[in-house]
Amino acid sequence: MSTTEKTADVSGIGPVEGADVYSVDHPAPLIEAPRKRTKKTPKSTRGNFEMAAWLFMRLSGVVLVVLVIGHLLIQLVLDGGVSKIGFAFVAGRWASPFWQVWDLLMLWLAMLHGANGLRTVINDYAERANTRLWLKGLLYTATVFTILLGTLVIFTFDPNIR
Amino acid sequence: MATPVLDKVEAESAASPYITVTFRVRRFNPEVSGEATWEDFQLEIDPKERVLDGLHKIKWDLDGTLTFRRSCAHGICGSDAMRINGKNRLACKTLIKDINPEKPITVEPIKGLTVLKDLVVDMEPFFQAYRDVMPFLITKDTNEPTRERLQTAEDRERFDDTTKCILCAACTSSCPVFWNDGQYFGPAAIVNAHRFIFDSRDEAGEQRLEILNDRDGVWRCRTTFNCTDACPRGIEVTKAIAEVKKALITRRF
Repeated sequence: MSTTEKTADVSGIGPVEGADVYSVDHPAPLIEAPRKRTKKTPKSTRGNFEMAAWLFMRLSGVVLVVLVIGHLLIQLVLDGGVSKIGFAFVAGRWASPFWQVWDLLMLWLAMLHGANGLRTVINDYAERANTRLWLKGLLYTATVFTILLGTLVIFTFDPNIR
Repeated sequence: MATPVLDKVEAESAASPYITVTFRVRRFNPEVSGEATWEDFQLEIDPKERVLDGLHKIKWDLDGTLTFRRSCAHGICGSDAMRINGKNRLACKTLIKDINPEKPITVEPIKGLTVLKDLVVDMEPFFQAYRDVMPFLITKDTNEPTRERLQTAEDRERFDDTTKCILCAACTSSCPVFWNDGQYFGPAAIVNAHRFIFDSRDEAGEQRLEILNDRDGVWRCRTTFNCTDACPRGIEVTKAIAEVKKALITRRF
């Protein structure tokens, strides 16, 4: 370590700390410590949204295990495997309200479960408020679009198309 | 069978207990450089001594500018939590022989808090979160201690584990959620809230639960168990957090 006396251009001092960037008239920006109470501090939340989201993840996860494994078995393993899948196979299944409800439930739960998971990932990894905002905006748009489109298809599916 | 060999080893170590150990210390001095650097120190040290003794040898004999916190040096005050060989520990409770002295021993400040100099970090955000959970007895009827507040042994046992916290910040600064933006309350604050929420004499449990129901409260915990691994007091931190979550859910339904 260098123990020389301090001069303006000691090597190792980046341009940010350099005296030529900041002076008495141009002080360096103050970085507030985390959790310090300032005007910009986010308001403490008083709802139960985070608890509801946490519970939803656990409950939907349990239901999804059944729904998704059942779905994969029917689609890929049982009765001839993946080769049987075609327009007729899908049309045949969706003729029954049971499979319509199954697929609808799976669509909603999987999309909301995945979206909430990504929301927490964004909260944990995105550092700047702006990045968070944009990533979450993109996530919510994609989620709503997929859920609405999927629901529309399940309810308006017409086996006699064309 | 093994006894003669043991005797021989003991005789050798009795001759000279000292071994040469390399301490690789993370140095930072904001008055010299904005960058933190690694600096190696060679020490003659008894492997039965602690990492803190090694740091003392460096500070007292080799380089007096090395800065670190320590007060009691016996694992109670919680001043000398640091990242030793990549794991949060108390320097005064870590023996050299337990952390492979063959290789250089890395010593860094705890993560997620602003480094002030060398191994000293700004603990203010940590203590702010601690103050936020109101870590003191609150009673509704009277605050005046006119008589002893009695409690059964079972009621005392309920929160015994979380009374052991020494506020060293080893758990909070090992938490990857805390590393991100420092807004998460952190394991230590939740442990100290747990200590009063489950105390039969305290009457502000509901208030404390409401505080921890916050966006940055217990629901940000990802159950990675880093805190439980890091705690030098052996507190089951993740379990305490889970109990607070459970209390939050069951008080509603």
